[in-house]
Amino acid sequence: MSAPVQRQNPAFYALLACLIVMSVGPILMMLITSLRLNVDIMSTTSSLLFMPTLRNYETALCDVLWYTPEHVDFCDPTFGRALGNSLVVAITSTVLTLVLGTMAAYAIVRFRFMGRDVVSLTTLMMRMVPPAVLLVPVFGIWTFQFGINGTKGGIILIYVAMNLPFVIWILQSFIVQVPIQLEESARMDGAGPFQVFFLVVLPLIKPGLAAAAIFTFRVAWNEFLLGNALSDRNSRTVPVTIVNSITEFDIDWGVIMATGMLLAIPPIIFTLIASRQIITGMTAGAVKG
Amino acid sequence: MQTANANRLTPYLFLAPAAIVLAVALMYPIGYMIWASFLKWNPSQRIGEAEFVGLRNYIFLLQDPAFRESFWVTVKFSAIVVTLEMFLGVGLALLLDRQLRGMTLLRTVFILPMMIAPIVVGLMWRYMYHPTVGIFNRTLKSMGFDGIPWLSDGDWAFASVIIADVWQWTPFIFILSLAALQSMPKSAMEAARIDGASGWQLIWYIKLPLMMPVLIVTALLRLIDAFKVLEVILVMTNGGPGLSTEILSIRISRTASEFRDLGTAAAMSNMLLILLLVLTFAMFLYSKITEIRSARLRIAAEGES
Repeated sequence: MSAPVQRQNPAFYALLACLIVMSVGPILMMLITSLRLNVDIMSTTSSLLFMPTLRNYETALCDVLWYTPEHVDFCDPTFGRALGNSLVVAITSTVLTLVLGTMAAYAIVRFRFMGRDVVSLTTLMMRMVPPAVLLVPVFGIWTFQFGINGTKGGIILIYVAMNLPFVIWILQSFIVQVPIQLEESARMDGAGPFQVFFLVVLPLIKPGLAAAAIFTFRVAWNEFLLGNALSDRNSRTVPVTIVNSITEFDIDWGVIMATGMLLAIPPIIFTLIASRQIITGMTAGAVKG
Repeated sequence: MQTANANRLTPYLFLAPAAIVLAVALMYPIGYMIWASFLKWNPSQRIGEAEFVGLRNYIFLLQDPAFRESFWVTVKFSAIVVTLEMFLGVGLALLLDRQLRGMTLLRTVFILPMMIAPIVVGLMWRYMYHPTVGIFNRTLKSMGFDGIPWLSDGDWAFASVIIADVWQWTPFIFILSLAALQSMPKSAMEAARIDGASGWQLIWYIKLPLMMPVLIVTALLRLIDAFKVLEVILVMTNGGPGLSTEILSIRISRTASEFRDLGTAAAMSNMLLILLLVLTFAMFLYSKITEIRSARLRIAAEGES
């Protein structure tokens, strides 16, 4: 930042603007479509002028609204329920992953009882396991051995397991930077290992925790394949309901874009308020082996 | 004595919960899958009832033209996507590595496609590619051209899927290479500039070599992720038309749910896993080698001074 701000060629600003439009464009288009009536969406004369309406959102959310929208003849409760399920699953698995992950990362960094190479290689290897690979065994085990298929607990368990390696990996790179002297002096003052962890280390790695939380939430909130295999009618999450409603021939674009928008809103909010932490998490995950 | 004991146990206490979850919900399923790949197993059977068939699933797969096709599609998709994204991402980073107003906005906005659910990304693109209401064909038609069969023709569908993935993931490479560029020692660049290096020489001889370690790790990470892509393609084309966009992940889930053949699906998963294992190991090895090399350089530099 110390460098003097030179006047840049306007072409760079044009390129910048172009890139911004390109990456937001599709999202804006989804937003606009979700605010349109199907008649407008399907009409051949495309006009940018139209009356925005919340009808599609009302149709999707009719179950959880406090009033009954008059244009909905038949209220389909699927989406409202799925939204609730998604919230429960995503929040619970994020909290659990963070708690377990921080503890494990701390143990790995501070107590050095295993080679760090071994740990980082295993976490790296587990990170690369695609959800599709887990599909068959997880379905089999959850159904026949644990008996937890169709429950939210089953979905949460696999999401926690899937996210743990990545969370441990990221948090370990943050914990390494905490000066050991701080912990030693706390211990000198008589703090036990748990006190040192909760009162000294945790507050210092807040940015890392934020990044890890966002990444975990994102996976748990967005995941489709395993959620689809492990859920039943009552525990379906939002991505599963969306995919189920597009396999039909006649797609109701307005409503489906509204549900897509609702699914996209939490990640968009996170991005807008914590983009710096996300970038930190991304670079830490990739650059530090 | 007791506190000493407690202290010795602490690391295990801290590590145990995570280790248990990973063992139960990740390691065990993977082991289970390896076992299942030797079975003829359909979803209504318990695993104990399934018949042991040895390597028959693998042999069947190697002879199955549909599997070979989808393996080839996966490899082609990953290779093209990663190459395009690397060129675009690194190029943009080199171009935009300067003080511009609005860079923070660009970086924030650029993360959005990666944060939004892949399902939703697939949905957006499917809408835009729609033959009559989609924006691409609408624009083409309003300019007097014929519409393009984006998702209904094999080759076009493959290209469409690639475009969507490039849209979603180029920002990842852009952000990482920009970070690498900005953490570069300024002294090397200044020295080169004083020696009269041109802009291109600066990029070619100084910037790219210094970025190389990060670039290789980024490319490998992206490659691993490209093999994992599933939802975007599932929503856009569901593998079709024909087998033109049926990547391995989709094939696995179809084999399991439509053809009800869990043994073959497991064998397929195993092959995908081995492929990824090799890639990951290459990445780990590479980062270890650069670490050792830079440590050696540092020691040498200290010895000289």
